[in-house]
Amino acid sequence: MTALAAATEPLLLSHYTAVSCLGYGKRETLTSLRARRTGLAPCRFETVTLDTCTGEVKGVDEQPLPPSLHHFDCRNNRLAQMGLRQDEFADAVARSAARWGRKRVGVFLGTSTSGILQTELAFRHIDPSDGSLPKDFDYARTHNSFSVADFVRRALALEGPAAVVSSACSSSAKVFGSARRMIEADVIDAAVVGGVDSLCLTTLYGFHALQLTSRLPCRPFDLQRDGISISEAAAFVLLERVPESVDADAVLLLGVGESSDAYHMSSPHPEGLGARAAMVAALRAARLQAADIDYINLHGTGTVSNDSAESCAVRAVFGARTPGSSTKGATGHALGAAGALEAVICALALQNDLMPGGVNTTTPDPSLGIEYLLANRDRPIRRVLSNSFGFGGTNCSLVLGRAQAGP
Amino acid sequence: MTPLVATIEGIGLIGPGLQDWPSSRELLLGLKPFTPRPTVLPLPEGLPAAERRRMGRVVKLALAVGTQAIREAGAEAASLPTVFTSSGGDGQNCHEICRSLAQEERQLSPTRFHNSVHNAASGYWSIATGSTAPANVLCAFDASFASGLLEAVAQVSLAAMRVLLVAYDAEYPPPLHEKRPISDAFGVAFVLAPDETGAHRGARIRIGLSEAPADRLSEPQLEQLRLSIPAARSLPLLVQLARREPGRVGVEYLDGRSLATEVL
Repeated sequence: MTALAAATEPLLLSHYTAVSCLGYGKRETLTSLRARRTGLAPCRFETVTLDTCTGEVKGVDEQPLPPSLHHFDCRNNRLAQMGLRQDEFADAVARSAARWGRKRVGVFLGTSTSGILQTELAFRHIDPSDGSLPKDFDYARTHNSFSVADFVRRALALEGPAAVVSSACSSSAKVFGSARRMIEADVIDAAVVGGVDSLCLTTLYGFHALQLTSRLPCRPFDLQRDGISISEAAAFVLLERVPESVDADAVLLLGVGESSDAYHMSSPHPEGLGARAAMVAALRAARLQAADIDYINLHGTGTVSNDSAESCAVRAVFGARTPGSSTKGATGHALGAAGALEAVICALALQNDLMPGGVNTTTPDPSLGIEYLLANRDRPIRRVLSNSFGFGGTNCSLVLGRAQAGP
Repeated sequence: MTPLVATIEGIGLIGPGLQDWPSSRELLLGLKPFTPRPTVLPLPEGLPAAERRRMGRVVKLALAVGTQAIREAGAEAASLPTVFTSSGGDGQNCHEICRSLAQEERQLSPTRFHNSVHNAASGYWSIATGSTAPANVLCAFDASFASGLLEAVAQVSLAAMRVLLVAYDAEYPPPLHEKRPISDAFGVAFVLAPDETGAHRGARIRIGLSEAPADRLSEPQLEQLRLSIPAARSLPLLVQLARREPGRVGVEYLDGRSLATEVL
């Protein structure tokens, strides 16, 4: 059983950052959370004519890639580059690579649609004479799911193992599990994990076809909730083993729990059985009880079925008393980047004594029966759990905590 | 350091001219002439007819090789964690979506959309087998097979549990085909068991990253196949397994390097 015991050793989030519609980097993100601001606004993206709100990151198009990486040029990789440039994240990775060696730092990133926007645009410019796509369209370095990990690895000059996890909206939570296994197996000493997903027509029109998008900024757990608001984000974490001495307010990854629903491709199990199993597994991996968790960052997409299923699962594991909220009212649903974005928000919450209250929600649905936060609570938090669930019935929960949990 | 070791208890294999693992051994060894023919996909089991109709080729392929491997291993699919790995997912479905979105009237079918996720095969597998175990779903372009094998063997070694690995790829229709010329459908699946279970049958493998390039195959048709479908990058290992003798092969990983795979 030593292997199982080893599988629960904590890891250090030695550096982290995010770019979303809430802002660039940690400071802007925290300021927006404290101000209870939403980054959601009526959709103005590209040629989209849908009556919905999106969380678009400003200035993505004004971030050209360096000439050496120009083949990777697409919205998703530009957004990734914006993320790498915040909070001196790339510098922290460079120090880690200098310490451990470039081949000992892995890259594990989540995305659902990568640079598919590039293909959507290319299909508008098919050559009528021979049916071919534009000559400069580069499938491998834009559209392919691996493109974002390939790009980030080159931008950071890393040579370690790399993979993209693409399991829809749990993708960038599950990367923490993949990276953790590579560190535990001593294949690597550190990993850049995270998620990058950017606005594209496939997800906007796809969720619309499923009647899952709201016309208003999404209202998770509200009595009137009627769908999601799609957004985009890049969130990165540098994961390393916990050194012997570490700051008390350092944030640790304590547990990762994963499960599958075995139920339906686009609807969660109505009683949230898969979600429940993921939360229980994450707590077990962290060697914690439900009562040890101070705050739950809910998946909380704002669809009728997700919030209902998730609340069943939360009640089954935690009862009705653990405070929770979905930050998607503020950030929107960044799909494959949501897990990492919310891990970053949880890390900010832990280090800044902030339980972020849900934004946009005014009347929590009483039938959901959980302690849904409508206002920010300023108080020390020791440990949090963050949920990410996705199409195909894929579930992942993360437990994060302060290095010194305190009394 | 955790040795990355596992026993392959069951193998599923479908590709051009390859119907399953037992009948492919002699072809891979050159004991019978290998003639690539268009890949034939069996009908998936365990799902209602309506669901089967909605699945793309790539999902049928993944389910079929997964089922073959489980059967050979005599394993319980419902309790097995899985690692699915693919370079591109469902190419036909992706083509239809991009075509619809390029038209004036942007009509997307809900089914097309939920089938577009990279984890569609994993989702259908979980529904078909009733498995609520964790499923990881990877992509690493042409290194997708090696990345999946690395992840799966790490899971087996660390958690001391059996894991099902499914690597699969199928073609894009034109015009994407010219940009990503995958020739046909190819899938391979392994049921991997931990070392300490004293697994009674199957080949033991040890894996590790290597600076050496991937091994090529001496038989030209097989080498052609290896290069034309990402999941077929597994062929050097499959040939070594077909030999039923110890040996070390490199399967394609990143940067022209390989994942060294030693059959013990």
